[in-house]
Amino acid sequence: MQNEWLYVGLFLIIGIVVPIVPLLIARFISPRKPNPIKQSTYECGIETVGDTWVQFKAQYYIFALVFLVFDVETVFLFPWALSLNLLPLFAVLEGLLFIGILVVGLVYAWRKGMLEWV
Amino acid sequence: MSFWNDPINFLADWLNGVLTGWGLPAGWATVLVYLVGITVLVVFAMVLDIGLVWVERKVVARFQDRLGPNRLGPFGLIQPFADIIKMVIKEDITPAGADKVLYNIAPVLSAASVIMLWAILPLAANIYGVDLNVGLLYVVAMGALGTLAVIMAGWASNNKYALLGAFRMVANMVAYEIPMVIVLLIPTILAGTMSVIGITEAQRDIWFALLSPLGLIIFMISAIAELGRSPFDLNEAESEIVAGFHIEYTGMKFGWFYAGELLHAFTFGGFAAILFFGGYAGFFGLEKLPAFAWLNLPLVQAFFFILKAMLGYWVIMWVKYSMPRIRIDHMLAFNWKFLVPLSLILLAATAILHKILVVLPTWQYALGMFVANIVIITATIEILRSYGRRQRLAEQRLSPQPVEN
Repeated sequence: MQNEWLYVGLFLIIGIVVPIVPLLIARFISPRKPNPIKQSTYECGIETVGDTWVQFKAQYYIFALVFLVFDVETVFLFPWALSLNLLPLFAVLEGLLFIGILVVGLVYAWRKGMLEWV
Repeated sequence: MSFWNDPINFLADWLNGVLTGWGLPAGWATVLVYLVGITVLVVFAMVLDIGLVWVERKVVARFQDRLGPNRLGPFGLIQPFADIIKMVIKEDITPAGADKVLYNIAPVLSAASVIMLWAILPLAANIYGVDLNVGLLYVVAMGALGTLAVIMAGWASNNKYALLGAFRMVANMVAYEIPMVIVLLIPTILAGTMSVIGITEAQRDIWFALLSPLGLIIFMISAIAELGRSPFDLNEAESEIVAGFHIEYTGMKFGWFYAGELLHAFTFGGFAAILFFGGYAGFFGLEKLPAFAWLNLPLVQAFFFILKAMLGYWVIMWVKYSMPRIRIDHMLAFNWKFLVPLSLILLAATAILHKILVVLPTWQYALGMFVANIVIITATIEILRSYGRRQRLAEQRLSPQPVEN
C-alpha cells in the first residue's frame, strides 16, 4: 500500500521533469530577441483596448454551483457501488433513493431556469 | 519466472539484485528501480506520442481527401521529428503583461496530467505501473488537473481570446464531468472494484460493452468533451477565438499542449478499451483453450491493448473530423437536460438489475443487462422523437407556413 503511493509520487516527479527538459533545451538553443511589438497581445492585428481580466458572465458561476452539488454527491455513490454485492437489497434501494434526491435537485434547477444559457 | 512470462518483474528483480549486490540499502534500491521503470514507461509514452502526431496528421489528411505528410522518409514518418526540432529552435515569446509563473507552469502541467494517467494504464497483466484500488477516481482527478492547466494558460496569457477559451473550458468541464463520473460507476458495479486491473480481469468472459452499450456511448461522448476536442472544442474554436487558451504560446510550450492533447486522446481510447472492451484480456474466454494459451503472453496482451486503444483513438478522431462545433448553450443543454438524467437512469437500472441478476449464470445476466440497455435507448429515442414532434407542431401553430401560390 505504501509502495503504491511511493510509486505515484515518483511518477509525479518524472512526469513533471520530462516536460521541463525540452523547454530547458529550447531556452538554451532558441533565439531570444524580444521587442514591444512582438510581445504585444495578439488580437488579429487590432490593438487591444482596456484590461483583459474583466468581470465575466454570472452564468458560469451558476453552472459551477449546480456542478458542485452533483460532483460531491456522485463521489458518495462510489462506496455504495463498490460494495453493491455485499449490501442487502434494502441498502441498494436506499442508494437509489439517494439518486432520486439528486434527480429532484436537477429538476428543481431545471424548473427554476438555472440550466438556460442567457 | 522467465522474461517471456513476466518481463517487467523479471528485469526489476534482476536490477534490484544488482543494486543490492553493490551494497545499496533495500529501500533505496527499490526507489532506484522504480525510477528506472517509470523513466522507461514515460519514454515509451513519449515515443508513442511522436508516432501519434504522424497518425493524426495522416488520418486527418485522409478524412479531408489529402495525402498528409509524405516528403520526409517513407510515408512521411520522419515528419514529427522535424516538427519537434522546429519547435525547440523557435523563439519563445512571452506576451507583455502575462502572469509569468502561471504562464510557464501551464504547459508543463498540461503534459504532466496526461503522463500521470500512464501510471495506472495496464498494458498487460503484469506490465503496468501501479494497480491502485482507487484507479477510477485517480483518472477523474488527473482529468481535472488537465482542465486546470487550460484555465491557467487562458488566465495567464493576458489575452481576451485566451480568457474566453478558459471560461468556456470551465463550463465544459463543469458540465461533462458529471456524466463521466456517473458512467465510471457502471464498470465499478459490474466488476465490483475500482482498480483498472480488476475491471480488466472481470471482462475475461464478456466485455462490459455488451453489458452496457449505453454506458460506453455516454463515456465516449463525455470523454471527447473532457478532451476538449471537436464537436466540443469551444475552448479552442479556431474560427471565433482563434486558438483559445493557447493563442499566445509559441515554440515548445505550444508543442506540449499539442502533444498532450494527442496523448490524452490516445489514453482515453485506452481507458475506453479497459473499461468496456476488456483491455489486454477480454478474448471471450478463448485464452483458456490450450491452443490459444499464447494469448496470455504479456507482449501479445500489450499488442492487443495498443490495438484496442488505437481503435478508440481512431473513433475519437473520426468524430472530431466529421462533426461541426456545437454552440455553448446547446452543449450545456445537451449535457444537463439529456446526458445527466439519462446517465442517472442508467445507473439506477444497472444497480438494481445487477443486484437481482447476479445470482444467474453469466449468459442470462449478460442478456438481461443488454436488453435493459436496449430498452432504455429505445425509450430515450421515442421520448426525444415525440418531444421534437410537439415542438414542430407548436412552431407551426405559431407561424403557419405560407401557402405556395
